[in-house]
Amino acid sequence: MIEVKNLVKQYGAHRAVNSISFTVEKGKIYGLLGPNGAGKSTTMNIITGCLAATSGSVTVDGHDIFEEPIEAKRLIGYLPEMPPLYTDMTPTEYLTFVAEAKGLRGFDVTGQVNEVIEVTGLEEYKNKLIKNLSKGYRQRVGIAQAMLGNPEVIILDEPTVGLDPKQILEIRDLIRRLGETKTVILSSHILAEISAVCEHIMIISRGNLVANDTLENLEAIANKSNKLRLSVRGGLEAILEKLRALDGVISADGEEKDGISTVRLELEKEGDHRDGIFFAMSENKTPILSMDYEETTLEDIFLAMTEDDVYPDEEGNLPSIEEILSRRGKSVEEDATEEIGENTPLSEDNETGSDEEYTPLFTTDREEDDAE
Amino acid sequence: MISVFRKEFRSYMNNVTGAVFIAFLLFFAGIYVTAVNLRGGYTSFEYVLSNCTIVFLLLAPLLGMRSFAEEKRSKTDQLLYSLPMSVTKIVLGKYFAMLAVFAIPVFITGLYPLILSLFGEVFFKGAYIALLGFFVLGAALIAICMFMSTLTESQVISAVISFGALLVMYMMNGLSTTVPTSPIASYICFFVLSIALGVVFWLLTRDYIISAIAAIVCLIPLNIFYFTNNAAFGGLFGKVISYLAVFDRFTDMTGGIFDVTALVYLLSFAVFFVYLTVQAVEKRRWS
Repeated sequence: MIEVKNLVKQYGAHRAVNSISFTVEKGKIYGLLGPNGAGKSTTMNIITGCLAATSGSVTVDGHDIFEEPIEAKRLIGYLPEMPPLYTDMTPTEYLTFVAEAKGLRGFDVTGQVNEVIEVTGLEEYKNKLIKNLSKGYRQRVGIAQAMLGNPEVIILDEPTVGLDPKQILEIRDLIRRLGETKTVILSSHILAEISAVCEHIMIISRGNLVANDTLENLEAIANKSNKLRLSVRGGLEAILEKLRALDGVISADGEEKDGISTVRLELEKEGDHRDGIFFAMSENKTPILSMDYEETTLEDIFLAMTEDDVYPDEEGNLPSIEEILSRRGKSVEEDATEEIGENTPLSEDNETGSDEEYTPLFTTDREEDDAE
Repeated sequence: MISVFRKEFRSYMNNVTGAVFIAFLLFFAGIYVTAVNLRGGYTSFEYVLSNCTIVFLLLAPLLGMRSFAEEKRSKTDQLLYSLPMSVTKIVLGKYFAMLAVFAIPVFITGLYPLILSLFGEVFFKGAYIALLGFFVLGAALIAICMFMSTLTESQVISAVISFGALLVMYMMNGLSTTVPTSPIASYICFFVLSIALGVVFWLLTRDYIISAIAAIVCLIPLNIFYFTNNAAFGGLFGKVISYLAVFDRFTDMTGGIFDVTALVYLLSFAVFFVYLTVQAVEKRRWS
């Protein structure tokens, strides 16, 4: 449906988008994920023809956005980061204008306008001036505008920023419904949002496309873990010695504090080695206090892939996600904590990374505050 | 294009801008008709119109300032860019909407000669040719103001620079008589202008090579002409800038003379600035 090839956008010395390529297939919801300033909006602006690329090409259903802009734009509905609303009009007037500007005529105009008003739940507000509407309803008018003209692809740039939690859920629901019949590309810097709605995730970091896979595949990568964290009462040296001698243990190290040793083990991928560890420790008279697999979450992948040292090599190939995760090794979580620690009220518990204690680093509520 | 036209026209009408524009123009025309025709006893309606041209200094910026500056400020220009519509059509839609707003008071003013004819002899041909000139002059000036509006995000700044530009044009004829007429003075003026052109190019593109080329392209023929045909430079600069005296073209259309040159001049002025507006809007996409 959409094919993006080697897209580059250069602002003076700053390269906002660095040779991004991807294809978007019909009928899926795509999520463009990345920290602020990663190049998401720039990419979307280029795809929709609002911005010219320095080099590279974008084709929408075979129409190049620069060569045949009219045909290509007809297939795309776009909601920019700031909904482009004329605030001295009512939603009905505004949507009628957009419908006419998109080339609809006569009954099509009123028909489609009424339809999108109904779908986006604007019925009650359709005759109030847009300047008197709340942010959530303005956003709906923006989405309604993107839906007019029945485009094949709907591109939404941060559609839930600045909305309250209930509105976020409603908008997400709306996007899911849109995704049933259309291709939707959605951008966000909130992982939870993308993983809640999208089937396919693209992570952008500093202008590079660092990950591009389905949600399932990314989750499968994330859950493949062979690292075990033990907390054992007893002297570290004796414990390590015993553990290293076990079958299936590749490496072991740890630290001791107040008579309790915390050990990290790297295990062979095949089989479950926890029984052996349990009996060995029991034989050693050093009771195990806790034993967990260190799980990598999608969040870890996101954080690892958006670190400073992820960039393409000379041939333009990016390291794989597995490679980066192993390169980062055990320090993924600590790094992540340090990086965003300053402005994030992170709970200490998050260090373990286990599901029960997992608090999302990027909560929607905080985004709300940022947006205000 | 029609959709943009309709939206813009309605927005001017719902907005105070359109009302102020129409009221102001009618108010001035009314005052002059009262003073000149009714009290002064002149039958010439052209005289009223030529007095009225000064209100364009205020009214054209008032109408034009909103057109693109406001879109940029409220980021609604992104909608326009993402519409399946060429920039030319968007610009024309907006421009024609402004002309339509302007046409309303012009049409009403057109009733004055008819009213006056009830009380005396009116030279209709002269009056309506002048009215046409008045409209075309306004159209050219509005195009300039529309272009100025693409240069900034602030309506106020847009209005101020438009006013400045129109004021210079208004005084241009007077200015052209004050510039020195010696060949060397003209040469220096052109030289400075060429350099200024290079600077403008640099401001627009931030590219030294293009700016240098722009300046050199002007400087080479300038020098060739100056050193081969020195005498022709006498008073040339004054003559050239008097060509830019847009307001005076209107005078050419008074007195019952249907001056095609003036008409073509004003129309091409309008077309040129509409074209510049399209380019300026397109350029923003490339920045």
